[in-house]
Amino acid sequence: MATIEFRDVEKRFGAFQAVKPMNLTIQDGEFVVLLGPSGCGKTTTLRMISGLESVSTGTILLDGRDVTWAHPSARDIAFVFQFFALYPHMTVRENIAFPLQAQGESKELIQQRVGEVSRLLQIEPLLGIRPGSLSGGDRQRVALARALVRRPAAFLMDEPLGALDAEFRAVMRAEIKQLHLDQHATTVYVTHDQIEAMAMGDRIVVMSNSEIQQVGTPAEVYYNPSNLFVARFIGSPGMNLLKGQYADGVVNLPGGGQYRVPAEWEGAVRQALGGSGEVVMGFRPEAARLSADGSIGAELYADELHGAYTMLYLSLDGQPEGVYVRTDRKVKYPIGTPIRFDLDPAMVRFFRTDTEKAIQREVVTA
Amino acid sequence: MSNVALQNVTKRFKHVVAMRDVSFDIKDGEFFVLLGPTGAGKTTTLRVIAGLEQQDEGSVIFDGEAVDALSPADRDVAFVFQQYSLYPNMSVYDNLAFPLRSPMRQLPEPEIKRRIEDAAEKLRISHLLTRKTARLSGGEMQRVSIGRAIVREPRIFLMDEPLSNLDAKLRESLRVELEHLQRTQGSTTLFVTHDQIEALTLADRIAVMREGRVVQIGTPEDIYDRPATLFVAQLVGTPHINLLNAMHENGTLQVANADLHLPAPTTGETVPDKLVLGIRPEDVHPDPEGAFAGQLALLEPLGSETILHIKIGGPTLLSVVPGLLSARVGDTVRFNVAPESLHYFTREGRRISAVTEVAVPVQ
Repeated sequence: MATIEFRDVEKRFGAFQAVKPMNLTIQDGEFVVLLGPSGCGKTTTLRMISGLESVSTGTILLDGRDVTWAHPSARDIAFVFQFFALYPHMTVRENIAFPLQAQGESKELIQQRVGEVSRLLQIEPLLGIRPGSLSGGDRQRVALARALVRRPAAFLMDEPLGALDAEFRAVMRAEIKQLHLDQHATTVYVTHDQIEAMAMGDRIVVMSNSEIQQVGTPAEVYYNPSNLFVARFIGSPGMNLLKGQYADGVVNLPGGGQYRVPAEWEGAVRQALGGSGEVVMGFRPEAARLSADGSIGAELYADELHGAYTMLYLSLDGQPEGVYVRTDRKVKYPIGTPIRFDLDPAMVRFFRTDTEKAIQREVVTA
Repeated sequence: MSNVALQNVTKRFKHVVAMRDVSFDIKDGEFFVLLGPTGAGKTTTLRVIAGLEQQDEGSVIFDGEAVDALSPADRDVAFVFQQYSLYPNMSVYDNLAFPLRSPMRQLPEPEIKRRIEDAAEKLRISHLLTRKTARLSGGEMQRVSIGRAIVREPRIFLMDEPLSNLDAKLRESLRVELEHLQRTQGSTTLFVTHDQIEALTLADRIAVMREGRVVQIGTPEDIYDRPATLFVAQLVGTPHINLLNAMHENGTLQVANADLHLPAPTTGETVPDKLVLGIRPEDVHPDPEGAFAGQLALLEPLGSETILHIKIGGPTLLSVVPGLLSARVGDTVRFNVAPESLHYFTREGRRISAVTEVAVPVQ
């Protein structure tokens, strides 16, 4: 078990800053997801923890021990890659046993450990066969077993489900999480898939442009994104964003609509904007409620049945992008129908247009 | 735009039968989706309609007339491919004009201009017409390639996974554009995809294909609410439908390895002793007063909804609830299942229709 700590860790490739100075502490037993689009620095960050990539400046601590310059093999960390590299000429049993044999462990211990992990991952029936004939999901289970069998202090996983089809991904996602709940090994997991990050992470580190945008629980990054990037990136679809002019407690929308800022936000918004000015309102698709006398007017542009619910896409005058509204499947209107809606005041957020950062308010606790 | 039909089409390749006795009828102005996994025969079907493949048996009918003898060019169909093949050094305008200026058509320039401006407005690319396509974003390129199909004013649009190479956010926004275009323009379209969300959101009707056969044809609601087979039931819906083996005894179903008793189907046919019960995750309702209980094995908070994995003895049931939920792994979860939301299948995978389904005609 291990804590992992980054102190001002930076990575440069020549003039390119792949990871800007970063501070982050991953607690013992925590499942932390590094999430971001390709090129954001998440894989480089992971590789620095493993020692596969050197650090340009700063310090990495493993359980308080400075491992910045320690050899990868001296870090007691197991790496699970997207492409499961199994030895084709060995049986599943031999593949799983390999790391222990390399460490010179006794036959009895190897047999016991291989037995344990294969029971855990339910791959006992596969032990005698070669990986060539296994399905993608089973191969990934064997690769996981091989990582687990060493009982490392921490797991690093780099898009381990990226190569699987959507159906298997959902199954394996739950299995890996389940495994973590059983074992509680510190895990750092890299993905570009926000659904995976939300489903699996105790905490999510959202990265973009070589730096951390936000660190928080799934609920925090979903409901309280720190800036417009996180608001758009988390959620499928992302947060709805409407641009308007704030003055005297009201956001005036370009099409003539007016939204009264909830009382608990008014002070913070006024202060952030220095009295009045341009502001972005954000809300999730499920925060909107259709109502004939709703304060915001729009027009139906498209509607999408998602099985259990329907997602409406509404266009608004003067807004470059429309908004998604999640509704009951029974809601059906012709395209072009004028639609009015209101927002759940507890789910409205505000962003500055200059810095793109969320406007924060003091939370009064009773 | 046209009505397009396939009648008993079979297509064999050297080692596989790609299409087995495929029949369907795409109505004028309909957005018709072929949905199925890789190798189901979707793309072959599309190519047979286009005339790029010749079927071994059966007939392709456009507006009541067989087109089997017509070359691809004479069938007047427009393809939108997965890979957009635009000329990088030409402007968007010239790319759109290209098919209209071809020796086969040679439309007068004012007519070309009218069609391009019309299509550009629909696709909201009017501001890009003078730009070189090499300098467009992925989404813009995809719109231009759809535009190049639109300007031809073909009898049918054929789209082969046009969205699958795009990232998730772009796919969402183009899906909305396609849907809007379809609802407002009503062009006859055959759209091939393996993505069930695309099929449910875009289609007027869906034909589910598997191993060269059409398994079910219906509206998205038909496919989702009344899947004809276990295969279809598993193909649509995220998360997946729960499938449980059950024994039928005296009007109740006993789920194997679990303390779960549910009503047997009210149906005109004989209910077999062993069957498979299907429950959509949104039909498993957590409720402190619920009739059933299980143990929370896993919680997946996705933001707009939360997936609960509820262990009920041997099997695990997935439940999906709106919003975030505060519960701890290991907690006892009580839940209800509405009897009218159950799906019943034979062990062979065929739907056992409830009496009420027959009584209420499909809309």
